[in-house]
Amino acid sequence: MTKPDKLTLPISRDLLERLAKFQEIELEDVEMELDEIELDIEGGGGGMHPAQMARLAYEFALIRDSASRITQVLGGYTPVGMPQPTYGQQVTALAPMAPVPKPTKLIPAKVTIPKADYVGQVVEVKLGATKAEGGTRSRSYTIGGEKAPAFYNFQAPPTNRPIIALDVFDWPKVRLSKAVKMHFEEVLEDTGEWARVCVEKFGAEMVNLHLLTIDPLIEDSPPKAAVKKVEEVLEAVDVPISIGGCGDPKKDLAVFTAISEKIEGERLLINSVTLDMDIEKSAKLIKDHDNCVIAFTSMDVNKARELNRKLYDFVPKEQIIMDTTTAALGYGLDYAFTVMERSRLAALKGDPELNHPLSSGTTNAWAARESWMKMGPEFAPRELRGPIWETITGQTLLLAGVDYFMMMHPAAVNALKTMIDGLMKGDKPTDPADWVTLRVGG
Amino acid sequence: MPAKELSPIEIYRSLPGTNCKECGEANCMAFAAKLVNREAALEECTPLLDPSKVEAYNKLWALLKPAVKAVEVGVGDNKLTLGGEYVLYRHEFTYFHQPAIAVDVSDEMGDEEFETRMHVLNDFNYHYIGMELTLDMASVRSSSGDAARFRDAVKKAGELTRKPMMLCALDPAVMEAGLQIAADRRPLIYAATKDNWQMMAELALKYGCPLVASSPLDLDGLKSLALTLEAYGVKDLVLDPGTQPNRYMSTNLDAFTILRWDAINEDEEGLGYPLLGVPMAAWTEASEDPVLSEWSEAQLAAALITRFTDMIVVHGISGWALLPQVFLRSNLYTDPRKPVSVEAELMTIGTPDENSPVLLTTNFALTYYTVASDIEGDKINCYLLVVDSEGMSVESAVAGRKMTAETIAEALTNYKVGEKVKHRSLIIPGRAARLSGEIQELSGWNVAVGPLDSSGIASYVSDKWKPYPED
Repeated sequence: MTKPDKLTLPISRDLLERLAKFQEIELEDVEMELDEIELDIEGGGGGMHPAQMARLAYEFALIRDSASRITQVLGGYTPVGMPQPTYGQQVTALAPMAPVPKPTKLIPAKVTIPKADYVGQVVEVKLGATKAEGGTRSRSYTIGGEKAPAFYNFQAPPTNRPIIALDVFDWPKVRLSKAVKMHFEEVLEDTGEWARVCVEKFGAEMVNLHLLTIDPLIEDSPPKAAVKKVEEVLEAVDVPISIGGCGDPKKDLAVFTAISEKIEGERLLINSVTLDMDIEKSAKLIKDHDNCVIAFTSMDVNKARELNRKLYDFVPKEQIIMDTTTAALGYGLDYAFTVMERSRLAALKGDPELNHPLSSGTTNAWAARESWMKMGPEFAPRELRGPIWETITGQTLLLAGVDYFMMMHPAAVNALKTMIDGLMKGDKPTDPADWVTLRVGG
Repeated sequence: MPAKELSPIEIYRSLPGTNCKECGEANCMAFAAKLVNREAALEECTPLLDPSKVEAYNKLWALLKPAVKAVEVGVGDNKLTLGGEYVLYRHEFTYFHQPAIAVDVSDEMGDEEFETRMHVLNDFNYHYIGMELTLDMASVRSSSGDAARFRDAVKKAGELTRKPMMLCALDPAVMEAGLQIAADRRPLIYAATKDNWQMMAELALKYGCPLVASSPLDLDGLKSLALTLEAYGVKDLVLDPGTQPNRYMSTNLDAFTILRWDAINEDEEGLGYPLLGVPMAAWTEASEDPVLSEWSEAQLAAALITRFTDMIVVHGISGWALLPQVFLRSNLYTDPRKPVSVEAELMTIGTPDENSPVLLTTNFALTYYTVASDIEGDKINCYLLVVDSEGMSVESAVAGRKMTAETIAEALTNYKVGEKVKHRSLIIPGRAARLSGEIQELSGWNVAVGPLDSSGIASYVSDKWKPYPED
């Protein structure tokens, strides 16, 4: 039935009649050559697939369009009463086309720059404390404060710079991908040294210490030992630090308590308080020792609200960061992205329970098998595939509004930092990039 | 009207109201609900196609049409749609058409490089939870400025791939040389500018092809071009606000965000068209190593995919750089209205018997699909116990106590797993290893800790697992 280079469509007589009513195309002094269109009529053959019908109407629209253009070319005149096509994507209106002369010069226009009419603002949270502020850090950071969605620079200049912290684990047997581990091989056994390498060699703006050894299922080391580890890290680096627990709600609280009581004035970031912890005790601990906290929930805007609400009873808002869970590119990043984007937009629209800086465990990118797995040569080397996986996971969430990143691979840290630098500066080029005539090998 | 604000009632009012069921729905209201969700096409309502209903049809069409026009490039099976979007943020509804990825070739490239690039375009394919992640278009450009060379390059590209093309040349004479070869494939023409727009518009009309309006670093100029081309009779437009190298990311994000915002929220005339992003702009910056250019390009591509682009042109063709791009667009263009979790149940994979392994996973959709597609792909006959983890992955579910020894022991009992197999050996994910002792205690089953990643299940089952450890 199909002949090469010809359009062949099965069509019912019924439809043809209907179309005949619609397509009353009258062209004066124009003869159309329709020999490239062959209508294969199946007489009385019932209905027709809607998609085919739409497609047919579309083809008729094309004929109509070109007929219209032919008349325009020939006489600059469009036959009165020529109908617009009525089905499919090309439909615009049924009204007859008025004869409109083609423009001969550009029609001037102005693009509306969307105004920022947000009523909410993200609270600012200060992390770390310098000597002048009562601590021992060489600097502190303020994050948050946004008045517009992330890097809508045309609506509001960026506020505080998002901060990148590197993860440090106090347990040398922690599971790390090869591409990550190779950068820390020498320091796995020495927590302080590991932290120092992160800051001095890889440009970490903060250090996230993860106290895995306190896990009852790992070493169940006592709170006192954890305090020592924290002191070791504070000694080794001069940037603000964050203290992560093991995920056991009771043990974490015991350890956070010991650390808060022993180490005063540093405005530590406690990572984290969750809905299944003793929230009153945890929250009072944060408030009494003037530390900050990551309120961690599992990819659910309502749970994030609930936890914040519970914390508000005891902790000032300016000490709370929220983490709604980061999933890896390919393994739930879309959910993570959307929960963060929704939270931030809600905050800007005035939701008083979501207006906190956002935190992301970007290291979770390495849970994607494509970040570490050996794959075919067309996807090699994995030494690049891994860090770009982490970079793009982080970058996507940066654009959803994340203010505090917890990361792992030095190349990913560097790439994201460079991007943040550029976005904060907002440089504008003088000349556009010419890629059309670009000569580039490889 | 923004799609998010449309209600089924509004649609229902203009439907025939006959409840004829010809569309396959029980009644007109149900059909209206489908239309609002864009799960049905207006043309499925046959009574509405009657000439007497033309007014209602046009009204409904206007209510349902996307804020960003759907522009088709290519023909036949390889045709693809750019744009056709309704919302700015995916949670407001969903995105519909993934941004097309076009691979760059130029008329000055040697045969070998040219062919390699076209093969990557044709053959790049990654299987991901039941989907195939592929590349979409060839972008053939005239870096020489020579009409004959460009014609040859377009001809060669057309012979090497059946996928749609974008033809890039700013000189109308060079463009026409390409169009003479490829017009029947409905390529996208790049581009009409403030200098050549009239000639390019004539070409677009003459050859019936969609046209890119390009006005780098000048949004007012872009809108002006679009309005002028519309008035000229060019219906299918794509907008190019220019893409700048990575250090000007702020300029890029501003341009794409302003254009999409105005199209969606302001219904601004001249701007309701698909957007073209060109991450290959990253290659215009001097770099000591092509790897760095390719890395920057991948980041730029990802940023534009996140910020509303409907098509991108890339120069880098390395798998490590392309893979995160195709993943990201697949993720962001997944319908957020679909649930995060699948049903908890005991799945039968292949044809298991009483000695087949019993594997455990969570009901987080992505975890489940990954595991299921791995064990199906490796043809392992087994039972897969899908435990309700409130839609969380194994690692998060264990850490967040959404999957515990208790819930696992309960699932073993509830789904009567003990009646399916003779052995009492449960393989749990490596990431749930810490639960092994407790599960054993509570359920009485022997627990074998499987691999960390489901890609290792096949070799684990064949090399390590024994249903009866004591044998």
